[in-house]
Amino acid sequence: MFKKIIAIFVIVLFVMSIFSCGQVKKESSIKIAMVTDVGGINDQSFNQSAWEGLKRAEKELSIGVGYLESSQDADYAPNMETLLDAGNDLIWGIGFKMGDTIKEKAMANPDQQYAIIDYAYGDETPINVVGVVFKEQEPSFLVGYIAGKMTKANKVGFVGGMKFPLIEKFEYGFKAGVKLANPDAEIFSQYADSFTDAAKGKAIANQMYENGADIVYHAAGGVGDGVIEAAKEQDKFAIGVDRDQNSLAPEHVITSAMKRVDNAIFNVAQLLVKGEFPGGTTVVYGLKEGGVGIAPTSYKLVPADILEEVAELKAKVISGEIVVPYTPDTYAEWLK
Amino acid sequence: MMETIFSNFALIIGTTLMYSTPLIYTSLGGVLAENSGVINIGLEGMMIIGAFAGATLGYFVGNPWIAFIGAGVAGGIYGLLHAVACVSFGANQVVSGIAINFLGIGVALFLSRMFFEGATMTKSIPLDFKMPRPLNGVFPDGSFLNIILDNQYATVYVALIFVLLIWFFLYKTKYGLRLRSVGEHPTAADTLGINVIRIRYFAVIMSGVMAGFGGAAMSLAIVSNFRPTLISGHGFIALAAMIFGKWKPQGALLACLLFGGSQGLAVFLGQFNFEISSQLISMLPYVITIVVLIGFVGKSAAPAADGIPYEKEHKY
Repeated sequence: MFKKIIAIFVIVLFVMSIFSCGQVKKESSIKIAMVTDVGGINDQSFNQSAWEGLKRAEKELSIGVGYLESSQDADYAPNMETLLDAGNDLIWGIGFKMGDTIKEKAMANPDQQYAIIDYAYGDETPINVVGVVFKEQEPSFLVGYIAGKMTKANKVGFVGGMKFPLIEKFEYGFKAGVKLANPDAEIFSQYADSFTDAAKGKAIANQMYENGADIVYHAAGGVGDGVIEAAKEQDKFAIGVDRDQNSLAPEHVITSAMKRVDNAIFNVAQLLVKGEFPGGTTVVYGLKEGGVGIAPTSYKLVPADILEEVAELKAKVISGEIVVPYTPDTYAEWLK
Repeated sequence: MMETIFSNFALIIGTTLMYSTPLIYTSLGGVLAENSGVINIGLEGMMIIGAFAGATLGYFVGNPWIAFIGAGVAGGIYGLLHAVACVSFGANQVVSGIAINFLGIGVALFLSRMFFEGATMTKSIPLDFKMPRPLNGVFPDGSFLNIILDNQYATVYVALIFVLLIWFFLYKTKYGLRLRSVGEHPTAADTLGINVIRIRYFAVIMSGVMAGFGGAAMSLAIVSNFRPTLISGHGFIALAAMIFGKWKPQGALLACLLFGGSQGLAVFLGQFNFEISSQLISMLPYVITIVVLIGFVGKSAAPAADGIPYEKEHKY
């Protein structure tokens, strides 16, 4: 008997703990909620940025917002289901890992609106889904320009996570920027085939610095910690990605190519409130839309005259005068 | 030309040392536990908690050695948990190990959010408060030894010392003999008056301490902060290296060096833009490991009582 009581108690405890790991507020008429990926709400990266965007929307557009955290990939679907039952108008999936789940849920619940960060369904976008992607090549282009101007050795490096089109956007945007600033510069480029193996990132960066590079840009998540560490040890420069990574090595991270997930989320919320939700399409955020940019701390290590040139360059990209390459083919064309 | 060959070779050796160090500590932990007859599949979780404790203490205390020892203590506490489950209560050792792995990442994230304003990443430790680099700047710039040793942290040398210490302990002291006998035939050891339970407790806790050191070698030397993905599979690679090295400390050392060396080779080959995809090159360490395992290592036998909980009344 005693054992049974304990067992029931434990089960109740477990069930409660499942429901308590998020907060879903109920306030005004329109409600938006998001499902984080495994990074959690304070990952100092996409999820945190997304939540900041929602909080801004809550304040400025007076809507209801909420989130659920996922501790493993298997949590995505149940979390979506929970948010659906809570009567949200729009459900966000943060990160390309949720691509399949969102599509599945959108097909099953045609009256519910969904949106996802970093995933484009192209022509197959369901009518109740918005895919949000970023022009990663544009901030990469700007930091590439900075690298090309600041390199004293005329050699710079790029460390990528895994070689697929999303990361290649970083690579070719960066290369184009370097070549524009400094046509003679040599660019090393290497992929770690991992987003987590910091030691490999460090080994690759060590090799690049040993081969004479003095600035290395990374687009490799956790692998980048190793790149920045190598810069610190060897007193060379590194360029961060996704968020302002200057705090990791204040003397050595000269700038970062940032992805403003918060701006994108806020923007879509604004459209939803206006009744102009762009369902069935893929929205692309570039410099023009304020969806990407370079780190605000860049002024610390980058000379002011270079930053002025970067601002001019940014204006040209926004006006469409410069179209930044993002694939091997467009890059080859750019070089001509 | 000769010079670039030398410097590339030096880079590969440098990468080998850097890469193997966390694995060496952790696989030594595996050697201790399994020679006493307790399977420790929870090395990964112990590494994670060690990496977290090291990075956190390093940030708040500012002394790398205190942080390093603290990481060992954190790993040791997890070892104690494993020992309580497996030695005292005779639980299935694999299941307990898996639980330890979940507990490792879970507790690390929980504490990280408590200490770092909700962030799952700890704050970066400045270079001066990381592990010292004993041979930094000792050799002339650009020389062979400089490229290898300039940026190697104290953890690398300490790991090699630990290999010697544990080898000496296991094979040259009576306590080591007792530990091994407990792993081979606990009943016989028991009848001779050896306290099986106590020895296994000691071995499993020390195993956690070593894995904690391994984690700290990652978060205090290779990088300077902890993030949830910092330790991803290293504990399991160390476990494999231990088996690969035939449950011996010197074997585990060689296996870890082989793995680190092939990783260094993969990094070296990755810089040339060959017409083969980089993923294939990145597989190299694993392929080499498998090939060496099948071709050159020969039969390796685990300690006879490995994985079997000891009960006094049990008939073997």
